[in-house]
Amino acid sequence: MLRRTAKGEYLMSEITLKKERPKHLDLRVIKQPIPAIASILHRVSGAGLFLMLPFLIYLLQLSLESPQSFETFKAVAGHPLAKLVLLGLLWAFLHHFCMGIRILLLDLNMGTDLQPARTSAKAVLAVSLVLTAILGVKLW
Amino acid sequence: MVKEIIVGAHYGLKDWLAQRITAAVMAVYTLLVAVLLLGQERLTYESWRGFMAGGFMRFLTFLFVVSLIWHVWVGVRDIWMDYVKPTGVRLALHTLTLLALVGCLGWAVSIIWRL
Repeated sequence: MLRRTAKGEYLMSEITLKKERPKHLDLRVIKQPIPAIASILHRVSGAGLFLMLPFLIYLLQLSLESPQSFETFKAVAGHPLAKLVLLGLLWAFLHHFCMGIRILLLDLNMGTDLQPARTSAKAVLAVSLVLTAILGVKLW
Repeated sequence: MVKEIIVGAHYGLKDWLAQRITAAVMAVYTLLVAVLLLGQERLTYESWRGFMAGGFMRFLTFLFVVSLIWHVWVGVRDIWMDYVKPTGVRLALHTLTLLALVGCLGWAVSIIWRL
């Protein structure tokens, strides 16, 4: 039984405690809102860039060391598999970049309402994909 | 009377701030390099090396690399703290991450400093 105040009203704290709140925390069942998808992709892209960091530094080294190593760089970067990986990393970088800008703006209290936050999350997903396509075509 | 006593912990503010400052540094560098390079027609070894070897450019690239490594450290440490609960495993992952990042820092800096 819920306790009541002298006026007969239910105590707010009691109601909050007794109310059975539905829990939908199973990631395979719940549908993620767009900002959540953009957010987890920020983490995934960051982790991917971290894991591939040695490869990227290696490419930087090849490209700068000598004219011979520059040729090796072109051969390595031109390999179909490497191109696929680099395209993925290009997307990861661009998504991480765009999402980072969004986070910085949110920190400045810009676009924190629900609708602008949804719109900006969609924009991040779209812009990073479009830029990946444009730069991907331009670079290869 | 409730009196909050906040001592002996940083509550992550320093890391939070570092993550944003390093992000801003990298964003500016990225846009600058993108504007300077995408305007060029075809990059040869000479033009690419000349571009990266400039004194000011090396200064900026150094700042970028330091920002990057710092940024990655905060970010990856957050990932381990979110998903890895056993203290021993987490400590090992933190240590390995830090060692790998310090190594990458030295490697990348040596590349740009040898130019």
